[in-house]
Amino acid sequence: MPLNGMFEIASATDPGRVRSHNEDSIATDPEIGLAVLADGMGGYNAGEVASGIAVAMIARDMRKALETERRMYRGTAGNGALAAPDLLRRHAAHANRTIYETAQNQRQYRGMGTTLVMTLFYDDQVAVGHIGDSRLYRMRGDRLSQLTRDHSLLQEQIDGGMLTREQARHSRNRGIITRAVGIDPQVETEIHVHDTRPGDIYLLCSDGLNDMVGDDDIRLTLDTLRANLPLAAQQLVQQANDNGGRDNISVILVGVRGNEAAHGGWLDKIIKWARA
Amino acid sequence: MARLILSLEGATIREIPLDRERITIGRRPHNDVHIENLEVSGEHASVMTILNDSFLEDLGSTNGTYVNGNPIKKYILQNDDVIGIGKYQFRYISEAPEKTLTTVDEFEKTMVLQAPAVFTAPRKTMPAMGDTQSLAAASSFTAAARPAAAAPRPAQPRAVIQILSGTGAGRELELVKNLTTVGRPGVQVAVITHRPQGYFITHVEGVNYPIVNGRTLGAQAHALNDHDIVEISGVKMEFFFKHD
Repeated sequence: MPLNGMFEIASATDPGRVRSHNEDSIATDPEIGLAVLADGMGGYNAGEVASGIAVAMIARDMRKALETERRMYRGTAGNGALAAPDLLRRHAAHANRTIYETAQNQRQYRGMGTTLVMTLFYDDQVAVGHIGDSRLYRMRGDRLSQLTRDHSLLQEQIDGGMLTREQARHSRNRGIITRAVGIDPQVETEIHVHDTRPGDIYLLCSDGLNDMVGDDDIRLTLDTLRANLPLAAQQLVQQANDNGGRDNISVILVGVRGNEAAHGGWLDKIIKWARA
Repeated sequence: MARLILSLEGATIREIPLDRERITIGRRPHNDVHIENLEVSGEHASVMTILNDSFLEDLGSTNGTYVNGNPIKKYILQNDDVIGIGKYQFRYISEAPEKTLTTVDEFEKTMVLQAPAVFTAPRKTMPAMGDTQSLAAASSFTAAARPAAAAPRPAQPRAVIQILSGTGAGRELELVKNLTTVGRPGVQVAVITHRPQGYFITHVEGVNYPIVNGRTLGAQAHALNDHDIVEISGVKMEFFFKHD
């Protein structure tokens, strides 16, 4: 049974206002509850190649795997919980090997790599895998939480107590990552499983968004525009561009449908205001 | 070019240009910076320089590597940081070029630190700052870091919408947030966004689209001008700027 109708997915990707290339790649597949986002790096167009390979391979292979192993996927929550992380890990490893080998064999692609963040929704859970500094956020009610921790030097300095989050936001050293797809023969994907609730909105993004738009503004946008996710995605990109757009900007929004999703607290406020 | 100034007990010994991707500091003769002192480990520390940034790493030394008095394992050097190795001090002078748009761009390109295993090692490789004293030292140290770049905004008149019809007539709402929704949820909602170029109205939900000055809008954002009349779900409102 395809998962169509259980999720609303909207996305936007933009080169930003400084770069000539868009090295980000995104793919979504609502039927299998999959969203993949990658932020490539490397000279000339190698970054686009790396992120493109990662996203295309994972989207294609995951669909194939889920079609042939549907039993595993459609089983109980327990089975899904076992299968989903394994699928993410396997396909990230496969993409890593392919990019690494391409980079080894073709001089113009030497050193290319990419970040990766991917979500696979099943039952009432989501498995998230990430490598590098592309992020997953969750909007639940009016609270925004960052569910992934960057694999970046900056994050390590924050963890070490040497920088505050606010200082990190203004540091020149953003974008230095300590883990990437395609740089080494092997890479470890960090995987976590979270419960989902109807009304949740999940945001996958490249650092071009969260470096330019603060968490408060991301929260306000998702909270205000939850009734129109395509507009929310557009709006996030626009804010990043309005604030400078120094890097490529990509966002994928996944809204989990359900009865509770229909109305949130902000509506009451507006109704009261309009009627008062 | 960035450089380190090596000194011992206040007396400058020599200047070390960071003109290579990596220099090593240690007691063994093969190090780029060779210090013959028993407090210094054979391979004590390294400084890796990428573009205009230098990364200091302790190579598992016996007596540790310090920055401004705090022990570090790996660290992004900031201008004027003082590295302590044994009794020796290295002052880091970055002399980063004046930031132009292109250099900002270079800094912010995503880079991956390759090779050194330490960088890919699990988190928590930072030494724990256990006692309160070192925590206090750490916080005063971070407080001294480069101040956050403030984004000055030119003073703008306050934008307001005022309800003109219906039971709410006369009511004003100041548009203080970047995004403000107006309308009846589930029926018709529009959002007014505040951008550097001004204020814009965009349809969010409902079958009917907003009407501005008698003209029905499409799905695209529409720029609002002073004294525009907006109609949403039958309620008329005026958008205007308040000049104090």
